[in-house]
Formats: sequence, C-alpha cells, structure tokens
Amino acid sequence: MTLDRRSFLKLLAAGAGAAGLPMIGHATEIMPKKGRRVVVVGGGYGGSIAAKYIRMLDKTIEVVLIEKNKQFISCPFSNHLLAGFIKDLSSLTIGYDKLAKNHDIKMVYDEVTAIDPAAKTVTTKGGSIAYDRLVVSPGIDFRTEEIEGYDDKTADLMPHAWKAGPQTILLRKQLESMKDGGTVILTAPLAPFRCPPGPYERAAMVAHYLKTSKPKSKLILLDANPDIVSKGPLFRKGWETHYAGIIEYRKAAKVTAVNTTAMSVMVEGIDEVKGDVINVIPAQRATALMASAGLIGEDKKWCPINATTFESTLHKDIHVIGDASSAGAMPKSGYSANSEAKVCAQNIVAAMNGKESVEMSGINTCYSFLTHDEAISVAGVYTVKEGKIISVPNSGGVSPIDYSAAKLEAPYAQSWIKNILTEMST
Amino acid sequence: MHKKWSTLAIAVGALAMSSATFAAPTPDMLANACGGCHGTNGGSAGDAMPSLASQSESSFVEAMTKFKNGERPSTIMGRLAKGYSDDDIKAMAGFFAKQKLYVTAQKLDKKKVALGAKLQEKNCSRCHLDEGKDGKDDTPVMASQWLPYLQIQMDLYASGARKMPDKMAEKVKGLSKDELDALIQFYAAQK
Repeated sequence: MTLDRRSFLKLLAAGAGAAGLPMIGHATEIMPKKGRRVVVVGGGYGGSIAAKYIRMLDKTIEVVLIEKNKQFISCPFSNHLLAGFIKDLSSLTIGYDKLAKNHDIKMVYDEVTAIDPAAKTVTTKGGSIAYDRLVVSPGIDFRTEEIEGYDDKTADLMPHAWKAGPQTILLRKQLESMKDGGTVILTAPLAPFRCPPGPYERAAMVAHYLKTSKPKSKLILLDANPDIVSKGPLFRKGWETHYAGIIEYRKAAKVTAVNTTAMSVMVEGIDEVKGDVINVIPAQRATALMASAGLIGEDKKWCPINATTFESTLHKDIHVIGDASSAGAMPKSGYSANSEAKVCAQNIVAAMNGKESVEMSGINTCYSFLTHDEAISVAGVYTVKEGKIISVPNSGGVSPIDYSAAKLEAPYAQSWIKNILTEMST
Repeated sequence: MHKKWSTLAIAVGALAMSSATFAAPTPDMLANACGGCHGTNGGSAGDAMPSLASQSESSFVEAMTKFKNGERPSTIMGRLAKGYSDDDIKAMAGFFAKQKLYVTAQKLDKKKVALGAKLQEKNCSRCHLDEGKDGKDDTPVMASQWLPYLQIQMDLYASGARKMPDKMAEKVKGLSKDELDALIQFYAAQK
C-alpha cells in the first residue's frame, strides 16, 4: 500500500513540477503545427469519436489522435468472455487505420507523459506536440492505495479485469482452472466508477459459467455500495430466476484489505472472506496524467468541466470527456463518452470558428446481459440546466421489471456493440 | 460570443444567467447522439437496428411520436423519445432525411427477392412507393434495411404488439409466411 501511494505521489509531484518548469520545453517538437490543430489524447469510446466528428464538421482543422495502443479492446461486452459466450476478444478489438484514412486523422502511437496548459503542448515519450485545443479522454486509474496490501503484483493474482484485454483473459483462465465447488469473490467499489451496471452483469456472467460448467461453485459479490448501483430490481430478479443458490449478494461490504497469500479479502476491516478466484475492482479516479496537468477538481478524483462544451473549468482550451470527467447525470459509460465526444466536437468547432456554443443534447444507453439471450437496459436523454447536465425530466429509465423485453433487448444489444465499434473505427 | 454573454451576465446579475448564453440544440447536435446505436449519420451496421439515413421526414416524425406516446411498442425507444420535444423530433427528422441511403451488405435469396418483387407490385406498391425507397407517414422508407430488423417488425405485427394499418392488415391476411418472407427480402434488396 505505502509503495503504491508513494509512487503515485511521486508521479503527481513530478508532473506538477514539470508543468511549471521550462524543462518541458526541451522535449523535441514532433510534427510542428502549421494551421489550426486539435490534439486528442486517448483513442477509446470518447477520443476516437471526438477526433472523427471534428474532422467531419470542419476539414480545415488538423486533428492529431495520440493513443498508446495500436488496437482498442472494448470493455462493454468483455464480460461475455467470462461467461464463455465468446472465445476471445477479437470481436471487441478495433484498429485505427480506417478511421485515420477515412477522415484524415493523424495518428501518433505513443504514451502522453505530460500536458502543459500554459505552453499548450502535449509531451509524449517521442517529443512534444502543440495544440490550439486539446481533448483528453484518458479513462481511469485505480485508487489501489485505499486497499491495504494491494501492490504492483496484486492484479496478476486478483485481476480487476476492469480494463479489457489481458486482465479479462487472466480472469477467464482463473475461472477455468478453478475446481468445481470453489468460491469466486467479486468486489465492487464505491460509486462513481466506470460502468455502473458492470459488476452486477459480471456476477450474472460468471454465475452463468459456474451454473453450466461448475455447478457446485458459488459467487460472492461484495459491494461497497449501500445497494445495487444500477438496474437494481432487474438484476435481483435475474439473479433469483437464473442463479439462485449461486450468487450471494452482500451490500455495504467494502473491501479494505487484500491478502494474496491467504487468497482472502477483508470486508470493512473486520470480516475475512476467502476465495479461490478473487476479482478485485478497486475504486477509481481520473488518470495520474490528469492530476499532473492540474485538471482534477476539489474531490481529488474527477475532472470538472463546463457542461455544454466539456472544457475544463481549471484550464482553458482543454476539454475532458468520458469516464474522467464530472459529467453530472451522465454515467461513466461507453455510450456517454461517445455522446459527450460529439457535443464536445461540435462546440470546439464552433469556438474555433468564432461561433456561439450550442446547447448540449446527449444520450446514454447501457445493456447488460443476464443469460446468453436475455438483456436489460437503462437509457437516458440529457440536457443542461443551470450549468449542470441533467436527465430530461420524464424520460429515460430501465427495462420493464417483468422481463417482457429481455429476449428482444439481447439482439438490440448485439447491434449496439456492432454499431458503436463501427462508428469508432470507420 | 459565449464569453461576451457570460461577462454581460455577470455584470447584469443572476437574472441574466440563463440558457440564453447558448444557441438551442441544432439538428446535428440532436441527431448525432443517436449514432451510438443507429450508426454515423444513421447508417446502421447492426442488423437488428434500423438505418435512419434517408428516412422520410414524415415517417420519422410519425415513428418517434408513436414511440413517445406508447402507441408503437419498443424496448428503449419509447424511453428515449420522451426526452425530445416535437420540435426536436422535427429537427432530427430533417437531419436524417438529408442523409444518403445506407446500403447494407447482406446475404439475400435471389428467388425470394424475385417472388417478393411480384408480390409487392400487386399488394404493397400503392402505399409503399418507389419500391420502398420513398416514404410518407406510416409507410416508411424500407429499402436496404436489415432482414433481422424487418423480421422483428413483422413479428411485432403478427403478435399484435404493433398495430398494423387497416389497409396493410387486409393485404397481409391473404399472404403466406413464405410470401411475407419474400416481401421483406425484396425490400432489403432495394438500393
């Protein structure tokens, strides 16, 4: 724990120092800026769409998209690997070639190490890049320092699988190797966190695997929250219908410590719960990069933004979208990031052309699966009132509690993932 | 512009702090949000989801209004439609009507498409104009929609969940399951 907190603080200090020092200017400038330019950091659900829509709206603005990885793997639908509905993550993996070609977006595959709001530059391992406007869609970091005993190796033994990829595969492998009659522990952090219905869908997906392949096993969901965060009554009904005797749900059960040797977690510092497979999803915040750039607000977790333009309220000309932003009523979801990116893109283009900002209008839709052919959803339409993003009154909501729509929502969910990943990659 | 307004607002006082600092949502601001499910500019890559690109304005307004008031069954569309005013819906309708028809690449049965062509000529063409490429009110553009999407609609009609217009019900009564299948194959094949 101390190690992790120390390294985080060190990073924070280094970043904060760097931003104020001329040292940062020494990074070699790569791709010198000629005309008007927007730099987008992060090529996930938010960043890829922001880059695309800025180019769609104004071809005279150069867009540089900086992304660490050559491929993006979707978190939504990655729980399907745990259930065994998909054999690998290929259907959830997209590249940037077509997106870059179709819209003439300049790709830089590199890691961003610093943002200098005063000099208006982004520094990567390869050098610095200047911007007129910056969009950051960085995703999340874990607040692992809040869990005693959590160190650099914990995730290798107790995977979070909350960033899709090797972690998801590791968790699936652990489930496959577990003996029948084993116990799976899944821990959900205090809200707000990425994908509010995610832990509860995961419980169903893991339980589905246990029911079909290891029927003597069980799953304990330790939820730090006072109750299920999203689609509560629907999840309860789904669990009772399909996974009675497999899923044990414990609310207000915050995990405060882990022990990878004993393979146990400590609940509220009192109860030790042992498991054969332990999936610890730590609490979250915006990434360390955002902290070092001074973009995180007073809550020390998320980035405050203007609700209409998604421009940071802390630094001019920097816009923050996706999970890292404090977007009022909009949940931290893939669809929200997609919708926020479009709002942000339109208002960046307006601002760069000296035009008035346009009032935001956003949507969120989240599907969760209960079985291979039953899904439930939550949907919302968003607007701004008195400077805050709110849900449009008397709209949105969840699926009917009688599950009458569940069989139809499963194919719609499949079409949703197909459409949103196509939108990001073409 | 926005900055000037803000400065003015602060100067004048709290009363001036209203949404007047921003322009009302434009058609693209409203419509782009739909793309996460219906594809960029309403061209759907998912086969259960309809393309909205090139849909006629009156059919779009008709569908959204019926989703909003619950006349047309839906899963999430009713919940979402309630978030928009009649003017918002008209603005989105205008946006999607302007988009090029999204041509789907799907496996179709040539024989069924040929049979569907004959059947539509005789049964459907008086309302579903220009082989499903033109639409008005409750006869929407159906050209090039995905087969699974069209099948879901036919199933909703068959179960009674979605109310069939009387004129359509009269025609459908005399058609077999295979003939209805041929008809949706025909409309899916139009470009």
